[in-house]
Amino acid sequence: MAEGVTVRARLRPYRVVLAARASSQTVYRANFVLDLISSLLAAVVELAEVWVLFHAVTRLGGLEFHQILLVFGLADLAFSLADLAFGHCDNLPTYLRAGTLDVFYLRPQPLLLQLVTSDISLRRLARAAVGLAALGAGLAVNDVAWDVGGVALLVVALVSGCATFAAMFVLAGGLQFFLVDGAEMTSAFVYGGRYAATQPASVWSRPLQVVFGFFFPMAFTGFLPTLRLLDLPAPAWLPTWLGWCGPLAALWAWALALLCWHWGVRHYRGGGG
Amino acid sequence: MRATARVYWRLLRAGIRRQSAYRLAAFGGVAANATFGLLKVEVLFATVRAAGGELAGYDVGRMSTYIWLSQALLGSVNLTGRTDIAERIKDGRVAVDFLRPLDVQAAEITTEVGRALFALIPRGIPMLVIGLFVGMAQPGSVAAYPLGAVSLLLAIVISVATAYLVGVAGFWLVETHGVQVFYLVVSGFLAGLFVPIRLFPRWLWVAAQATPFPSMLAYPIDILAGRVGLAGALTLLAAQLAWLAGVGGLGQALTRAGRRHLEVQGG
Amino acid sequence: MSAIVETAGLTREFTVRDGPRRRRLTAVDDLTVRIEPGEAVGYIGANGAGKSTTIKMLTGILVPTSGTVTTCGLRPVKDRRRLARQIGVVFGQRSQLWWDLPVRESFRILAAIHALPAAVERARTDELVERLEMADFLATPVRQLSLGQRMRAEVAAALLHAPRLVILDEPTIGLDVLSKQRLREFLIAMRRTDGTTLLLTTHDMGDVERLCDRVLVVDHGRLAYDGDLAGLGRTTGAERVLVVHLAAPSPDLIGIPAARHLSSEAHGLSQRLAFDAETTTAARVFAAVAERVEVLDFTVEEPDIEDVVRRIYAARR
Repeated sequence: MAEGVTVRARLRPYRVVLAARASSQTVYRANFVLDLISSLLAAVVELAEVWVLFHAVTRLGGLEFHQILLVFGLADLAFSLADLAFGHCDNLPTYLRAGTLDVFYLRPQPLLLQLVTSDISLRRLARAAVGLAALGAGLAVNDVAWDVGGVALLVVALVSGCATFAAMFVLAGGLQFFLVDGAEMTSAFVYGGRYAATQPASVWSRPLQVVFGFFFPMAFTGFLPTLRLLDLPAPAWLPTWLGWCGPLAALWAWALALLCWHWGVRHYRGGGG
Repeated sequence: MRATARVYWRLLRAGIRRQSAYRLAAFGGVAANATFGLLKVEVLFATVRAAGGELAGYDVGRMSTYIWLSQALLGSVNLTGRTDIAERIKDGRVAVDFLRPLDVQAAEITTEVGRALFALIPRGIPMLVIGLFVGMAQPGSVAAYPLGAVSLLLAIVISVATAYLVGVAGFWLVETHGVQVFYLVVSGFLAGLFVPIRLFPRWLWVAAQATPFPSMLAYPIDILAGRVGLAGALTLLAAQLAWLAGVGGLGQALTRAGRRHLEVQGG
Repeated sequence: MSAIVETAGLTREFTVRDGPRRRRLTAVDDLTVRIEPGEAVGYIGANGAGKSTTIKMLTGILVPTSGTVTTCGLRPVKDRRRLARQIGVVFGQRSQLWWDLPVRESFRILAAIHALPAAVERARTDELVERLEMADFLATPVRQLSLGQRMRAEVAAALLHAPRLVILDEPTIGLDVLSKQRLREFLIAMRRTDGTTLLLTTHDMGDVERLCDRVLVVDHGRLAYDGDLAGLGRTTGAERVLVVHLAAPSPDLIGIPAARHLSSEAHGLSQRLAFDAETTTAARVFAAVAERVEVLDFTVEEPDIEDVVRRIYAARR
């Protein structure tokens, strides 16, 4: 009981900031609706890009459109949720240039937690809705085995996918301490990662499989769980049991992210900022 | 006449000089664009192969040219809808622009084209180098190069002139952010950035053609990749000229109307 | 009682890129300083003399290259989070308020961040709102505040958790006379009631005169002066200037006791006389002038802080 109270008390600062951020976004209703619509449209266009390709050739990398829909749904929903909660880590270069990061140092909370909870972009809910719709459609049109294993795989894939994409934002944040003006570089694996995650990884060459299959474990967020879920033939290098390894991928991604974040903060405190 | 030319030459140079300040930013952009390029290579090559080696006029070589040229143009073609003029209209500095003995639209477009042309060096050339390593198809006829170069320049000018339209909407709209984001979202897709528009289903292809976006990216690349012959290239150029006349004329009309609006409203 | 701030041989170097070459730059050089609880210290020096680097090391934002620093008995980098509960910092240029939220909302968030109990939060907020006269703009979003209002809100934000040490980086920069006056009065009263230790950097001699009983001057990262304000005047010989506006054109006012004629304008209608505050007073100089000519108006110019610093720097070379 006492422990419950202290945890609540500890989380209070973050909750208060987030509540204030969330409510301030909905004050200007017209703007908020516009943001929601543009966010929705962006996600629809991304889905359309995938659809157009499969419309042109029907089968790509051993998958058909109804199957890639599941890949897209899993990966895009996971990305959208991570983006909702962690996306504003992209603002770090602005904080660094303006020196406003120093203000975080003057508050008695861990730096990374402060940054992550400093904002929340509700408009990204619209993007998550597209991911959710694609996932729903993917589950409906495919012959998914609705047993315990299937449901568990789905949940594991989604949760670890979210964690993996969140780690990408943190990793990017850690690198921003060094890059500052070259911040765009990190979109190679953050947004490039999202793009890669919605593709059939079976078409990738070896080097790309190493980079976006394992180092930035994007294949684990949608493609591999889908292979496993639909019992599809596995490409070389990517056996289907890997579909269950999302948590390992997430763990690896977070290890990488925290290491980079730690380096970045050390660099900043060392005067490189 | 010569004095006018000199003014625009200076504006062009100012745009170029401003850009050279962002070296690290350009490097970051190159890394990101190269990664996206490599991902596009994998998935689009696989698509061409899945179609039996050729799809809508693209073989693997032409697709490679398509990918790397489009990546090379990313830093120069305005697919974001963001402009300086939008900021200046919002905070009222545009009133000063109207006091200068220069055409506001022409001055803005010239500066932006200068910036875009310079961006070809740090952001465009590295993509072409990667493309050469991967292997790019070349057009069938030598004439395609000058035509392609003209088409490229037109593509940049059209994109800048269209983004300018988003900016001047600010004379009447309190907030142009929504229009700009809409431009950002649809421009890349309809210009054929991720998937060449020729691969679109017919109805979507026709719809894309009804917008200026394909002339910002897909047309010059189709000429330089040799997907179209000489006659086809001339047709695409004609289409680009028509779009330029269209968006340029509209921009001129809106600028004048905006100026009147400003004078009536008192800024 | 232990010191609030104690540094020994505190040094900070940076590597700066100078074109293609890199060179080392010493921003803070062998700084040894002790600040006792309740002191009010003005930390002055030219731009780039190492003031903000020192503050960043005191607050745990920067790691020293060598030397030691303790603030409120804690090691700033290692104990950053515990230290954050005991210090309040106002960076003139970096707002700690939420730009798009009402001032009251920012205070509410900061109270949660510092885990203030509800009753303490209410009492402390009410007290600060009253003493800094913020009631009129509590519901206004921060971005709509005037500079003076914003600065008061910033100071309140830094003081909400009743810190033992308050560090103010250029608190009065850009403020109008009235806002400056109000802020200084508040800080003086706060020191009197709470015994808070105050460390402030400033370009305003008025700040130092009204608020500080001790002055530290840094020059190229080195401590150039440590002592009281009167001593600073003695050391530098910085003079105050009496400007008189006369009823009729008059020859240069030479030979006024303990004062020196600097310049005349408009055929002697307006004249400037420098005097040393240690040896005479403005009133005595004025009386001597008034005996000779008819004075319409006068002002006294304080020594410029830049000038004081320049003199100290010059004396060291």
